[in-house]
Order: sequence, then structure tokens, then C-alpha cells
Amino acid sequence: MSAKNSVNISFSVNGENFDDVTVPTRQHLADYLRSQGLTGTHLGCEQGACGACTIELDGVAVRSCLVLASQANGSSITTVEGFDDEIMEKVKNNFLKHNAFQCGFCSPGMLMTTKEIISSKKKLSRDEIRAEISGNYCRCTGYQSIVDAIEESINEIN
Amino acid sequence: MDDIKVNQNPKLGSMDRPNSYIGRSLPRENAKKHLEGGGQFVDDLVLPRMLHVAFLRSPFAHAEMKSINVEVAKTSPGVFDVYTAKEIDEYCKPWVGTLGHLGEMRSPEQTPLAEKIVRWQGEPIAVVIANNRAQAEDALEVIEVDWEEKDAQVDMETALDDNAVVIHPELGNNLFWTRTVNQGDVNQAFKASHAVVETTLDFARHTGVTLESRGIVADWNKAEGKITIYHNGQAPHMMQHIIAKHLEVNEGLVRIVSRDVGGSFGIKVHVYPDEMAAAAISKKLGRPIKFIADRLESFTTDIHARCHKISGKLGVDKKGKILAMEINDLSGIGPFSMYPRTSAIETNQVLNLSGAPYIIPNYKAVGTVVFQNKTPMCQYRAVGHPIAVAITEALVDKAATKIGINLHEIRKKNFIPDNAYPNKTPSGVPLEDLSHQASMDKLLNMMNIDDIEKQKESNLAKGVLTGYGVIAMCEVTNPSPLFYGVGGAHISSQDGASIRLEGSGAIHLSSSITEQGQGTEAIMKQIAADQLGVSMDSVRVTLGDTDATPYGGGTWASRGAGIGGEAVLKAARTLKENILDIAAAIMQTDKNSLDVENNTVIRKNGGEGITLQQLAETVYYRGHELPKGTNPELLATASFLIEGIPFVFTNSAMGCKISIDQDTGIVKIDKFWAVEDCGTQINPKLVEEQIKGGVIQGIGGALFEECVYDDQGNMQNATMADYLVPMAYEMPDIIVDHVTTNSGRSIIGAKGAGEAGTGGAPAVIMNAINNALNQLGKEVVSQPITPEKILKALGKI
Repeated sequence: MSAKNSVNISFSVNGENFDDVTVPTRQHLADYLRSQGLTGTHLGCEQGACGACTIELDGVAVRSCLVLASQANGSSITTVEGFDDEIMEKVKNNFLKHNAFQCGFCSPGMLMTTKEIISSKKKLSRDEIRAEISGNYCRCTGYQSIVDAIEESINEIN
Repeated sequence: MDDIKVNQNPKLGSMDRPNSYIGRSLPRENAKKHLEGGGQFVDDLVLPRMLHVAFLRSPFAHAEMKSINVEVAKTSPGVFDVYTAKEIDEYCKPWVGTLGHLGEMRSPEQTPLAEKIVRWQGEPIAVVIANNRAQAEDALEVIEVDWEEKDAQVDMETALDDNAVVIHPELGNNLFWTRTVNQGDVNQAFKASHAVVETTLDFARHTGVTLESRGIVADWNKAEGKITIYHNGQAPHMMQHIIAKHLEVNEGLVRIVSRDVGGSFGIKVHVYPDEMAAAAISKKLGRPIKFIADRLESFTTDIHARCHKISGKLGVDKKGKILAMEINDLSGIGPFSMYPRTSAIETNQVLNLSGAPYIIPNYKAVGTVVFQNKTPMCQYRAVGHPIAVAITEALVDKAATKIGINLHEIRKKNFIPDNAYPNKTPSGVPLEDLSHQASMDKLLNMMNIDDIEKQKESNLAKGVLTGYGVIAMCEVTNPSPLFYGVGGAHISSQDGASIRLEGSGAIHLSSSITEQGQGTEAIMKQIAADQLGVSMDSVRVTLGDTDATPYGGGTWASRGAGIGGEAVLKAARTLKENILDIAAAIMQTDKNSLDVENNTVIRKNGGEGITLQQLAETVYYRGHELPKGTNPELLATASFLIEGIPFVFTNSAMGCKISIDQDTGIVKIDKFWAVEDCGTQINPKLVEEQIKGGVIQGIGGALFEECVYDDQGNMQNATMADYLVPMAYEMPDIIVDHVTTNSGRSIIGAKGAGEAGTGGAPAVIMNAINNALNQLGKEVVSQPITPEKILKALGKI
């Protein structure tokens, strides 16, 4: 890779520092993360429509297919592999309890959106939960069990 | 969903005993990896020296390649090589998508890459092999093709006209397959009918939109002469045969591994040109090759489904008893019949299934399947059901309205009675163990139609159009060899399970059924632990690896629980017998005085038992302690298949209430109810999830989903932003209940449950919308039922 086609950046992922790493300038963040073995971040459409690749970038849920890796310079990133705090453990247990996933391909993005919902501290109705997750596509469940899991998580945590 | 409250199947024993897991809504502990980002999908796999491929695909629906120049592309950065049809054909023999048991099918040979003529937009013509996908895509940009565009036959309705573009000139016309079913004398019966109703319905093309796209990593090991294919498919042993046959590799040296699969719904059970090319390239180069379809490739090359126009006619006597039904279905399948299942099956199912819940003494059905220059069409979840159920139930509603009886009354009047099985569909297909009457009664109790009728009236006064629908249907599940094998396809209808007690006391189970998220692994564990008398956490399951599992069909047509589950049950029972034989020898007692509970062989009358670990240690490590002649077999294998009938049918009743905004044409689904009779439920929560997920997919087809083409055969909406799928906000909560009629074909008694939602929802949504529109004397007859179509029906645009 010639110099003009790459850039050196530093950031952290799930608390691990990536210092002065070389990334292709055109590579999106999801591809970079996956190339590092962080394959929990999934790619469904690569145009920001399906939500599967949603990650947390400096505290905000973003589509990692719409962010260039180079834009993550200086950022703190959380992916599904980094969900080990008490709150997300509760959320994951509720997803399991309600079978809020079948194939599991949408789950990392769905959990990331759920994290944002929980962080907002709002008591949401089922319809409001449905609106919040309407940017995350799931072909398997029909969404009802996901709404069940998020509803129970809100009641339990907030 | 709660556990089953009463013993649903006496053949399975009491639910009060220890380790009773069948019938319980246990969580899928094994699937928790997906919540940790720990799934192992094909694209997650990286192998040493792996290369990536990208395909140059036809931009036209029908064209001739005058010339193609790949020389510049070969010099593009990171490119290893570029191939066209010639290079790939050397390593992959062509295939033909026909079967022998359904009358004449005509479809030409198909090769991985088109050589001269392209016949759909998206057909692959060249492949770049490079260090990564991005570099491969760069090189696609500099391949030069001199195209001569040809007229495209896009519209299926003109495909058999004299002036149609003949897509395969050697066939003379665009006919792929046709079938006529004729039972009784419909003409005579229509003459004798008090009322005859007719309608014609259109079903647009839609597609599976699995969130994980199709993918393959092919790894040819020259030293062993063995190819390993990591593939997100549904039928590993079918693929093993296909790869062996077309790559000319000893079938025993083909290993197919299907790890986690991100949704399939029938999309991933077919043979695709790009995947075959990737496998061929691996064999040519002796290096691992990865192909992962991007979303554009998914929309233009994953099989499409539906694409039907069907007209129907129903004759009833003055009390509403059905005397005759006639349907005529036309379907367009793209330029090739898919391999190896063929693209005839959806139409065949329409002919088989129409009218299936009812006694219809005179029935005629004609199906015509034609070629066209669009993406190939083939079997997708609920194959044929949406069309068969929608035409039947639309006609039944029309007949009820015409003679002035209730929508549910006409159905109840015509159902094959629950006590009249075995019986047959109007087309002559055998039916067993169904419960349309009980299911409809249960549905009506849930719905409270009197209340809905009142709401309809009061809402109409406020300008809101409210409507409801009720439907009944049969669902094809658990297919026998009469589905594919009889026609010459190497698709196993039998499935196997192998189960062993290991030295640690752990149970290992392997099955030829695969997992795509339905919960296969969980239910297999439940059956094994339940039948053996061990805890759930002592069972480990291996699926999706032709080197490690018994031979079998895999997961499609809702066959996992009913066929694969029965094999697990049989194997577990055999292993338990073996364990008890050995324990009786060790414990110096009569086998009949022993049982297995909580991983321990117990004495039924009390006294000290031995753990399975102790028993296994004795057998494996201290076999000399066993009495001479003891059979030390702690491995049992069993198989199961359905014999004598084509399918084990499930039945379902569904209802919904909708309201229509007359200004926007937007339909809101207020309530949706489903009653399913799938026999024994191994895990009721997972059954419920199949119904709910299936219904939402059906609603997608009914209201949103369409592969839109222009008249040149260009797909207009091949992105996830443009192709509408159901998202959470528009979707209702669904209320599910069950009737239980066990299948008499197996001990476990389970029928399938994966198709009904997708097969029935389009009919009940359409009927509910028309129930609402009928108040103004209007109707819709075309799916997806978009706001535009509703506004047109209302005369607003």
C-alpha cells in the first residue's frame, strides 16, 4: 500500500489500544474491525440500511459501514465483544430468555441499539421501543421477542 | 410462552419425571454465543493463503458478449488472475435443473459463468481473483466487454406469445413445465352450482433478504485430493454430492462444513453459479477461495420467489357447500430452472395445496411455468403456499359474500372433518392427522368476531375502513422421498442421529439436520436429554459437517423436528437400552429394575445406583471388570424417514383485523392471531417464534416486498434502502395458540411449523383488506398491496 492510500491512526477498541496502526484510507471501520478478528460486528448491506454493523463510537451508536476507519482516529470504540458490564449482561440474559434472536446475525447491532435505549433512561412503551429499533433489520424473529426483551430490560434496569 | 401444561404425547411418557425436557420452553443456552459476538459465520473465516473473488456480472437482462478483454484487469494491484467461462468450465461440469418425476421439464445446461449470451441482469461472466475483495472489485472496473444488447422477454404473460423473445432458441419457445390436475368434472359441477365466483390475483416477485448474504470458502487440498467447503447452506450432504459430481472429486473426499448461518429461508439450499465458480477456482489454484455476496449481488442473484398470476373459480350450492374449484396459474422463473430442486416446485405446490382444507369433489388446476429474462426463481419459505392459500381463501370469501353467510361459517361447512382423516386434498394428495375444525374454533374464540363487526360499523361512520379476515390452510412439512429423491435428485429424505456416552459421562450427539437459527441444536439436546434421563448441560451437539455427522437431508421444508428429531429419539432410546444392559451386568441385577435419572442409573426400588460417568469409566478404562460377553456399545445411531406419503401436513388457522387510512392508503394491522397444529411441540417457545417470524415474512410479501423491474429487465430497487422489508415499527404483536394432533408417522409425533406464517399471512391480510374495501364496493387483487394500489382501488388516484 503506497503512502497516499493509507493513513496511520490510533484509537481504542473495548479498552484495547490500537497505536499508530496503518489503515487503507478507503477502508470502512467495520472492515477494519473484522480484519482484526473482531468478527462480532456483522455486515448486512454496507449502506447503512440494515443496522447489523452498529457499534459504539465515543458513546454514540453508529453504523460502522458508514464510518471510515481513518475517521476513528483518537476515538474510543465498543463492539459487541466488549459488552461485559452488568447492564449489558442483564440485557443479554433477557435476549436469551425471550429468544430475541434466531440466527444471531442482527444481534450485535440490535444489542448496540438496545444499549443506547437503556442509556437514555427513558421508560418506553412497546410502540416506542419498536420505533427505536426500526433501523435494525431482523428477518427471523418478526421483532416481537426483541421488543419483549428490551421492554423487560428497561423495566429491570431503569 | 409457557411449557406445555398437559402431556401432549403419551408415547413420550409423563412430564412429571426427572429430565423431562420435551414440551418445555427452555432457552437456547448454546446460542448465547451470538450475544457475545462469538458466532462463526462464513465471512468470519480466514485461511492461510486465502484469495478473494469478485464477479463481473451482466448489466443487461439479455445480451451477447461480442468480446471480452481481461488483460488490463490482470495487471490491477493485488490481482492474482482473471478468468472467464473457458477457464472455469475446465474445472466444473455444467448442470441441468430438471427432475424426472413430474412430467417433462425443459431447461438447458448452465455453467458457472456465461460464455457468450447473458440471460439475466446479474448473471456472472468473469471473475477476478485477488488478495482482497476491494482489489478484486477495482479490477472489475477495467474489464472491457463489447456488448450487443438483445430484446428481453421480461413479462411472463407474453412469454408464450408468437412474437415472444425465445430465450433458449433450441427449446423453440419459453415453456419450462406445465401440469394439469383434473379430479371429477368441474364443468358439470359449475353448471350445477347455485353460485359461481371468480377472481384473478397477482403476486409480485420478492426474495429472501437473509441478513447474512450467501458465502463460501472453498479449500482444495491437493496433497489429500480433498476439498473442504465452508458454506452457509442448509443441506451439506446435498452439496457434497453436487461438488463431487461437478468438480469431479471423489465424493468421500468432499467435506462440507456449515457453521453458523445467518438466515436461509430456502434461499441457501440451491446451487449458485458464483459459488460453484469459487469452488472450481480453489481446485484450479490449490488455494482457499472466499466469495461473499454483497447486497447488490444478493438482490440480483439470490433466487427470487412467487411471480405468479392465478385465476380461480369456485362453485357452491345454495347452502355454501363447495361443489367445484378451478385454478389456472402462470409463473415466471427467470432464464433457467434452478439446480437441483428445479423451479417447478412452487407451481406444483400451488396445484397440490389449493383448496386443501376443504372437501371439494370436483377440482381442476393448470400450472404453466415459463422462462423470462429476470433473476432465477425457486423455492423460498412456504413454497407455493401464499398463492394457493390466497386464491382459495379469496374465493371462499367471495362465495360467502355472494350467498350471504358468515366468513367462518362457510369454512366450517366445508372443512374435511377432524375425525375424517386419513383423507386427501382436492388434488389427491394424502392428508393425515389434521384439525381444521378445532383450530378454527380456537381462532374464533380468540378473535371475537361479533365485536370486530361492531367496530367495523362504528369505524366506518368515522371514515375509517376496518376489516378482518379468517383463513385455514395446510402446510407442507416433513417431506418423504416422493418430493425430490424419486425424481432423480441426490437429496436425502432420511436423516440420521448418532449419540454416544463419553468417558467423562458427557453425551455427544450429532445430527444431519442443520441450524440456521430455528433452534435445531436446542431441540436435539432436549430430545436426547429427555429420552436418556440426563441433564441438558451434559449434552453437546455437532451439526453441519459432512465429516462429523450422520448422512441426511439437512434443514428445509420444516423437516428438522419431525424427521431429524425422531432419529435423535430413536438413537437415544437405543443408547439407553445399551446403558441399562451394561449397568445390569455391573450391578448384578435385572435390567428391568433399572432406569436412568439425572445422569445416574438408579434402582427403581431404591438402593445405590451408579453414575453414567462411573459406568463409562468402567466400560472404557476398566473393561476387564465387565462380565465376559458384555456388549460394550455406548454409541448408537438411528435414522428416520417418512414412508408411503409425500408429506406430513400441518394445519393452521389465522385471523387478522386491519384498518385503512383512506387518505394515505396505509394499512395498519391492528391484531393478528394464529393457531397452529404442528403435533408435539418439543420447545413451545421456539415453535411460537417460527410462527411469529413466519407471519412477519408473510406480511412482508403481502404489503411491502417486490423486486421491481423495468421493461428492459433492469431491477430497479436492488438495495436495502429501496426494497422494503418489514421493520419493527410497522409490525404487530402476534397472538399464537395451538391445537395438538400428533403425527401418527413417528413416536415423537412432531409436524413442521416453519412455513404456515409465511404461507398464510398474505391470504388473511388480503382478505381483511378486501373485507374493509368491500364496504365501499372495492377490492385489491395484487400483492404487495401497496398504499398506491389501495388509493387506486378507492378511486383516489
